[in-house]
Amino acid sequence: MAKKTYRQAINEALRQEMERDPRVVLMGEDVAGGMGSPGEDDAWGGPLGVTKGLMPIFGRERVLDTPISESAFIGAAVGAAASGLRPVAELMFVDFMGVCFDQIFNQGAKLRYMFGGKAKVPMVIRTMYGAGFRAASQHSQCLYSLFTHIPGLKVALPSNAYEAKGLLIQAIRDDDPVIFFEHKAMYDDEAEVPDEPYAIPFGEANVAREGDDVAIIALGRMVNLALEAAGQLEGEGISCAVVDPRTTSPLDTETLLEVVEECGRVVIVDEAHPRCSMARDIAAVIAEEAFDALEAPVRTVTAPHAPVPFSPALEDAYIPSTEKIAAAVRAVAGHPGG
Amino acid sequence: MQLSREQLLDAYRRMRLIREFEDTVHAEFEAGNIPGFVHLYAGEEACAVGFCLHLDDRDRIASTHRGHGHCIAKGCDVEGMMLEIFGKAGGLCGGKGGSMHIADLEKGMMGANGIVGGGPPLVCGAALAAKTLGTGGVAIAFVGDGGSNQGTTLESYNLARVWNLPAIFVIEDNGYAESTSSRWACAGSQVGRAQGFGMPGVEVDGFDFFAVWEAAREAIERARAGDGPSLVHVRFMRYYGHFEGDAQTYRAPDEVARLKAERDPLMLFRRRVSEAGLLEETQLDEIDGECRARVATALERAKAAPWPGEDELVTDVYASY
Repeated sequence: MAKKTYRQAINEALRQEMERDPRVVLMGEDVAGGMGSPGEDDAWGGPLGVTKGLMPIFGRERVLDTPISESAFIGAAVGAAASGLRPVAELMFVDFMGVCFDQIFNQGAKLRYMFGGKAKVPMVIRTMYGAGFRAASQHSQCLYSLFTHIPGLKVALPSNAYEAKGLLIQAIRDDDPVIFFEHKAMYDDEAEVPDEPYAIPFGEANVAREGDDVAIIALGRMVNLALEAAGQLEGEGISCAVVDPRTTSPLDTETLLEVVEECGRVVIVDEAHPRCSMARDIAAVIAEEAFDALEAPVRTVTAPHAPVPFSPALEDAYIPSTEKIAAAVRAVAGHPGG
Repeated sequence: MQLSREQLLDAYRRMRLIREFEDTVHAEFEAGNIPGFVHLYAGEEACAVGFCLHLDDRDRIASTHRGHGHCIAKGCDVEGMMLEIFGKAGGLCGGKGGSMHIADLEKGMMGANGIVGGGPPLVCGAALAAKTLGTGGVAIAFVGDGGSNQGTTLESYNLARVWNLPAIFVIEDNGYAESTSSRWACAGSQVGRAQGFGMPGVEVDGFDFFAVWEAAREAIERARAGDGPSLVHVRFMRYYGHFEGDAQTYRAPDEVARLKAERDPLMLFRRRVSEAGLLEETQLDEIDGECRARVATALERAKAAPWPGEDELVTDVYASY
């Protein structure tokens, strides 16, 4: 098994699925790049080079550059999926959902239900999320809770390169619309990734670390920070389990509750804003389903209820940190119990 | 190009079936028997039929709020439609869609759409699928004059042109977007907009089936030949309100009566084929009776049908979850 970056893992998943199934097509702004321009073809391969090298293999018919028209091409992905293709559309930054959300939540998400189960919409929207890039308020948000709220959509949040490849292959093979969130600060992060294709089933949380005292439930990139915090806390005599839900829709509440019941104390880590967030959603599930097992109040570590700031000093303060996670864990671990 | 006798009979049958269906739904809505929002296509029959007569099951259409006519023109089952509009079990969409989302993908009907301008991007996708899979199919977006002002529609013109898709945009200009005149709300011209995107565009009289049919033939042949998208601006007026229950105080007092007397698409069709000796009046009368009976049967079954079971509430959300 070789070490591969998050970027390489995603590229490999796309290539292998495109080789396996001729109905898989890519579309998006600059997914190849250089269309109609005098310089290089495949000039970009997406703004951060994630799809680089696919157009020379599969041609312009299957790697489709688009105008900057998210409503049109995200809607086209929905229409194509309902008409026999398996499109993977790239919504460059999830923040751009604002210009095409109707096509996602009123069309793509609902066709199957509105048509009495007669439609199949096997599409993937790959999209970048997350802070840490000094990209400010309109290129740094998380927003996965908005998609999770909509029945008909599935939402995947791979936390490392291994997860990214397996979850993306599952997303492409899945017969429902999937929003696939790639954290832009993780593209160069490496993990062991098998060369052969593999699918990670949706709705099966990964217990990334076993522990007895406190359960840390973390989403996306935050899983890595939670693991770091858990490592530090072990030295302090606090044993933490770390759970990665992998998908927020479907959400594996069974595994989450099991780990929470074992530990009796829980911290939820979510890079998104707190209101109507996954952190609060999971906290509510725990309150409803595992109240009797709790020995301390549920704690959440999230970004504040504020847009993502530009200044590095402010942005660093904005994003949940290992230190904040560790502090929250110490607080629940020190709670006298119920 | 001439239509055969069979095609003429087929065209008249589909138009009459739409009229009969819509008049019946109107009466049933007025009687309080139909839940929700209903938007009727009466007066516009020549458009849906003029286009869909050129299509087969590999071709796809996306519709508007006003979708019953497109469904019937594309071959959807009338009984399934009536059940759907009544919200009953066995409806075309199991009672989950209703009038505003009525659809049948097996017939290539991608749905009425509750979102104005929702359809054109979907049609770009259906056209891309036809092109990529080499089916020879085309995709048609029916868009109201209201929808013609949505960004999705204009973006779709651009995308269809840039990708050279087998797509056709049919602007169904029935004079009003809700209560607002299309002459007031649409800047420039629809044909001019098409030309601005490098697409051929023509305007046709939407009361004249033969004019629509001819414009449709050209646009569809162009798309099938791989020569890209085009636009047809169809002008006519609806007989009923924007929605059922619309008092229509924005219209001229004698507007609809005058249209029915002078411009009715079914009347014009009958006159034309009779005067040219193409079809007998008695054949057309027979079709009228046949359509009345089909819709009456559909209505009777819809009224008698059971509601969907509560166990249907959360099925069909996902293929798997």
